[in-house]
Amino acid sequence: MNLLEVRNLKKYFATQKAVDDISFGIEKGTIFGLLGPNGAGKTTLIRMITGIFFPDEGEILLNGKPFSVTDDIINIGYMPEERGLYKKMKIGEQALYLAQLKGMGRKDAMDAIKWWFERFEMQSWWNKKVEDLSKGMSQKLQFVSTVLHNPKLIILDEPFSGLDPVNSNLIKDEIFRLSRQGATIIFSTHRMEQVEEICDQIILVNKGKKILDGSVNQIKQDFKENLFRIGADSTIDHLQCNLFEVVRHSTEEILLKLSPDTTTNQVLSHFINQGIEVHAFNEVLPSLNEIFIKLVEGTPLARQFEAKA
Amino acid sequence: MNKTWLIIKREYITRVRNKTFLLSTFLTPLLFIFIIGAVVFITVKSTKMEKVAVGDSKGLLKGFLESGKNMQFEFIENADTALLQKDYTAVLLAPGEGINSSDRFRIYSRKNLNVISESAIQRQINEAVETRLITSSGNISKGAYDSIRQQAKSVGLDNKVLEEGSEMKEGNAGVAYGVGYGAGFLIYITLFLYGAMVMRGVMEEKTNRIAEVVVSSARPMQLMMGKIIGIGAVGVTQFVLWIVLIFALSTVLGAIIPGSVMEQVNQANQGGAMAMQNQSSEAIMKLAQTKQTLSSVNWPLIVGCFLFYFIFGYLFYAALFAAVGSAVNEDPQDAQSLMFPITLPIILAIIIMINAITQPESSMAIWSSIIPFFSPIVMMARIPFGVPGTVPYWQLGLSMAMLVAGFLFTTWLSAKIYRTGILLYGKKVTLKEMWKWAIRKS
Repeated sequence: MNLLEVRNLKKYFATQKAVDDISFGIEKGTIFGLLGPNGAGKTTLIRMITGIFFPDEGEILLNGKPFSVTDDIINIGYMPEERGLYKKMKIGEQALYLAQLKGMGRKDAMDAIKWWFERFEMQSWWNKKVEDLSKGMSQKLQFVSTVLHNPKLIILDEPFSGLDPVNSNLIKDEIFRLSRQGATIIFSTHRMEQVEEICDQIILVNKGKKILDGSVNQIKQDFKENLFRIGADSTIDHLQCNLFEVVRHSTEEILLKLSPDTTTNQVLSHFINQGIEVHAFNEVLPSLNEIFIKLVEGTPLARQFEAKA
Repeated sequence: MNKTWLIIKREYITRVRNKTFLLSTFLTPLLFIFIIGAVVFITVKSTKMEKVAVGDSKGLLKGFLESGKNMQFEFIENADTALLQKDYTAVLLAPGEGINSSDRFRIYSRKNLNVISESAIQRQINEAVETRLITSSGNISKGAYDSIRQQAKSVGLDNKVLEEGSEMKEGNAGVAYGVGYGAGFLIYITLFLYGAMVMRGVMEEKTNRIAEVVVSSARPMQLMMGKIIGIGAVGVTQFVLWIVLIFALSTVLGAIIPGSVMEQVNQANQGGAMAMQNQSSEAIMKLAQTKQTLSSVNWPLIVGCFLFYFIFGYLFYAALFAAVGSAVNEDPQDAQSLMFPITLPIILAIIIMINAITQPESSMAIWSSIIPFFSPIVMMARIPFGVPGTVPYWQLGLSMAMLVAGFLFTTWLSAKIYRTGILLYGKKVTLKEMWKWAIRKS
């Protein structure tokens, strides 16, 4: 069963259709990538899922039941892109306050904070103020306060921005661990290499509409262009045939685009027949970055303001 | 409700623990007391012994100038300004004496005489001349005239206000004026002080980017009301502490300052030259009178109304301040221009109040004390003049009901602006847009 089910969600603002009829489902325990250019409507979509905004139309089902602002807040952990903390408040008190706001009891919250602070080696920070923390340190604190109450659905908007590689890995490992323990994670970012690394499933949103939905592998297959890389020493003369086009050629490596009917074996025999030693042959799948750019390019980055329909 | 309570608690505790709060709460009364102390000290210090030589060969002032603790008169034959070179601080010359060729009394000194001494001398000269003229033309002895004057003094004017039915009550326009003015002004200051605090708090949450985190855990309305109530509680705490501290400190101060100093101050204020006995009895009479007029004021009613108008006036405006805070981005300049529509009615209210207090029953005073934008300030200025005398019950009731309704309305309106504004970054918001957010259906 899907943990989260979004059906025909719409949210129109006076100047634009921020979210225009988007539907998708997220399976329990998966890591889900929500992608899109700036101003695509990602934040509005997330704000509806977290109960900050009410949708104009459509429904959100959490665990098969309609989402309820009062009851489901405890089930969601949301780390917004624009995030911050109370600068003058002590770190321990701040974590406790945010956990209690989520609806945790004082004792449960304290236990969870202690457990997480120990895990991230933050115990000595308890009485420090946020203004004394570095950006990376406050990111860690924000992550902790997002997952402290053990939410079923964790929504992370650009969780790695401003983190060094060591801390990025620390958070990434936690994301994997939480996902293995059954938490469902929505991960929103512009960094495609992170999406390829982390996400099982993605949707791509542009101009308020969903333009892509599927598993990372499936999408790559869908967008492949029959490109193959051959590691072989060759000259231009060896490449004259109608099986493929040469995209790039150097003395050690050739990038080929196969014609629609050509099989890989045909290509290989073409080279073997000419007595060329092939030491590598593999298919080149497009990166998500390329797919993203290809789909979004041509649409203006900042959305045009359109009159409300 | 539980979450609102958490938010209230956080707002309250972080503010009350703040150093600035502690400093301002404990230093303000100290400063207050210090200023009073300084004034007392300076008055005492500056009333040194004045030795006045009097040149009065015609005996116009004979028997009238009484030497007191701070002033000593000496009648000297052929007094002249040359006496200033000796140890006289001033030389008083009757008309035609020495260098005084005018037909008025003249006093010569090297330094300016202090105001108190000068007015004391003036009063005594007036009395002397008046008595002399009357006794000489009306054939009355000086003693007889003195007793007549004493009688006249004790008659004076008493202000009695007729309450409903036949009950008589001591009234005092001066006290009502003072109390009303003070209460109205206090509300004016607190509206600005704590309203701005709410606005800054909301701005802080927005610029710190904590708002979205909190709003994903609690409703925006809870966050806004939590902040408003939390800061209101801080305000009430501060007031209570101030009252307690000022009371305690003045009691302590009263005990520390020796009685003789107080006496001296009293004397300095009264003019100094009067006979001690006469003076102290008059002072006691005055004190008793003040006590009586102060007790004529209906304190429980005024304090009760003050609390009501303080709390609901604050709530009425704090919601608006919160709405403005939510619309402001980093630039504090924006806050200034967006705040204008809120500060305008508050300033207008204080102007109306200054007017209304002189005519508490004018239609302007009545209506503006019912309109919620002005009522906290204007009504507080009118109430000390008497309920139901000056302010009928229907006016008070209507004013209170309107204020509560107004508070509900501004809160509802502000919540809609707040909800949108607090999550909107990087865009300069105009008043027109805020209005659109407010009237939009949700």
